Amino acid sequence: MSAPRTLFDKIWDSHVVSRQDDGTCLIYIDRHLVHEVTSPQAFEGLRLSGRKPRRPDAALAVADHNVPTTDRSRGIDDEESRIQVETLAKNCADFGIPYYDVDDVRQGIVHIIGPEQGFTLPGMTIVCGDSHTSTHGAFGALAFGIGTSEVEHVLATQTLIQKPAKNMRITVEGQAPLGVTAKDLILAIIAKLGTAGGTGHVVEYAGEAIRALSMEGRMTVCNMSIEAGARAGLIAPDQTTFDYVMGRPLAPKAGQWESALAYWKTLPSDPGATYDTEVTLNAAEIEPQVTWGTSPEDVAPISGRVPDPASARDEGKRAAMQRSLEYMDLNAGMAVQDIKVDKVFIGSCTNGRIEDLRQVATLAKGRKVAPGVHAMIVPGSGLVKNQAEEEGLDKIFIEAGFDWREPGCSMCLAMNADKLQPGERCASTSNRNFEGRQGRGGRTHLVSPGMAAAAAIAGHLADVRDLG
Amino acid sequence: MEKFTTLRAVAAPLPMVNIDTDKIIPKQFLKTIARTGLAKGLFYEMRFDEKGQPKDGFVLDQPAYRHAQILIAGENFGCGSSREHAPWALLDAGIRCIVSTSFADIFYNNCFKNGILPIVLPKEQVDMLMDDAQRGANAVLTVDLEKQEITGPDGGTIQFDLDPYRKHCLLNGLDDIALTLEKADKIDAYEARQQQAEPWLAG
Ligand code: SF4
Repeated sequence: MSAPRTLFDKIWDSHVVSRQDDGTCLIYIDRHLVHEVTSPQAFEGLRLSGRKPRRPDAALAVADHNVPTTDRSRGIDDEESRIQVETLAKNCADFGIPYYDVDDVRQGIVHIIGPEQGFTLPGMTIVCGDSHTSTHGAFGALAFGIGTSEVEHVLATQTLIQKPAKNMRITVEGQAPLGVTAKDLILAIIAKLGTAGGTGHVVEYAGEAIRALSMEGRMTVCNMSIEAGARAGLIAPDQTTFDYVMGRPLAPKAGQWESALAYWKTLPSDPGATYDTEVTLNAAEIEPQVTWGTSPEDVAPISGRVPDPASARDEGKRAAMQRSLEYMDLNAGMAVQDIKVDKVFIGSCTNGRIEDLRQVATLAKGRKVAPGVHAMIVPGSGLVKNQAEEEGLDKIFIEAGFDWREPGCSMCLAMNADKLQPGERCASTSNRNFEGRQGRGGRTHLVSPGMAAAAAIAGHLADVRDLG
Repeated sequence: MEKFTTLRAVAAPLPMVNIDTDKIIPKQFLKTIARTGLAKGLFYEMRFDEKGQPKDGFVLDQPAYRHAQILIAGENFGCGSSREHAPWALLDAGIRCIVSTSFADIFYNNCFKNGILPIVLPKEQVDMLMDDAQRGANAVLTVDLEKQEITGPDGGTIQFDLDPYRKHCLLNGLDDIALTLEKADKIDAYEARQQQAEPWLAG
């Protein structure tokens, strides 16, 4: 018998093409997602060297970062954005890579459409020139972000040069209390680990509270692995995973489904497999979370207060906290619930899926967005948008005063026209609260979709549990 | 890719933790389809105000550091996105070497693809180099990649660790893709095996 292996070890071992003496491996990449921002220089590199993609059929491309989330029939106003989107379309046509056009109903955020189409499957290696590729780890696939040079490397060779990561297991025991969602779990995890706590590791999430999550919730958790510095996040595939995958357009068809399923069932970590690092949390102790600062580790419970830099562990952290509070225009010691918001953003690859929208609709029904607050809802894909509309969610949103928009990355990073003005404060379901992330001088508080809806209705950060 | 052998240059101090990729190069500069010309966006929000006017005092804009090619920075440098625009912007501004106690994984990896040497050192040594870097135009360090050694302005030396494969590629300016394509037969063999074992993966 071979030694017990983790889920990561199994996926890694089965993708090694060759191994050097120093442990560096050439690993095979099964799937490659491509978007407009990190790919143009890679295609240019192929052209300059006269190379061709090795397996264009293993790639899937879509424009998401730059696309407008208002009526698209007029095209893209911003010239640079338009050129970037057109360049992607042209590169895909030239090199034979499947591409979902801006008008295609399947268009959406790259990390939403992969799972939606069944492009993302358990046991695979998946890469994309985008750090939130970790999202796909929710299926028990090894998925991680790469730079543009590596995008070119994957296009040309269908492989990457890598060293194995260290194994970390984060176990969330117990049941999450009512009102506490996947987003709150991952924010609590990042708060505990710190933004560099996962560096060099692939994190496997385990425990009762993780098992209980839907695929949507698991994607939310894995999405933000990178915010804890981890290379990738993983959740072992189980019946929840198989039910989600079955019948998707690119999933294995009848005939192959049974053998795929049999293989996927061998993937979970063996009993007795060991991890380089273990972390445990108790879900019962987790409240709805919000961030107060400019790093995703700056997390407080909704019932809490903005912390005092004097409590920081060292000088560097103290200076960072001080700078954060100034940037965020907050005082140490103030109640988190007293923080007023100007904008609310619901969407992104963290929380732009149908389940997130349903949560918001439940809370929005029969209520109104507070006067003076602009609250936008941006579905993660055209299919999410259609489904929401079929379920009548759009009517609830519009009735309550939310702004219902077209799919894309939108104000998650504000590369298109959706951005905060200097000094504006936003409750956002996205994943990064860095300075200027949602617009220069903009102030971001990361929250779950339910908490974002609560903030929109109250006009300040508020406890979703009080809405009942 | 340009080779990296030895570098003798001014080191600029950047004593902040968690310098993220949005800080290194904000999103408005990601719309380019070229690799060059990104220096104008480097640390943009720390260097320019809302109207695009230069702010006073950012370290790389001070006369003593205008030609700096080395950065000494706080922990977790380069966290955030995978955008290679971050190392491209640094390179475009002449930076060839960054020293910190830790780097985010993707950024660290991206540096090597662009001939930039990221060096990880223990905190005391980074603090020492940070002090050296505060000496303005006298903050000249010599980085010798072959010897894996940094020589300070007073002649003291510090050794650093580095993965031998990455070192080899950097010293010789090697293109990863060409190296990998030499193993094309192994990739062919892998694909043949996979087609047997996991036929559902054929796109
Ligand atoms: S939604 Fe945000 S985090 Fe996700 S891919 Fe788009 S920009 Fe990146």
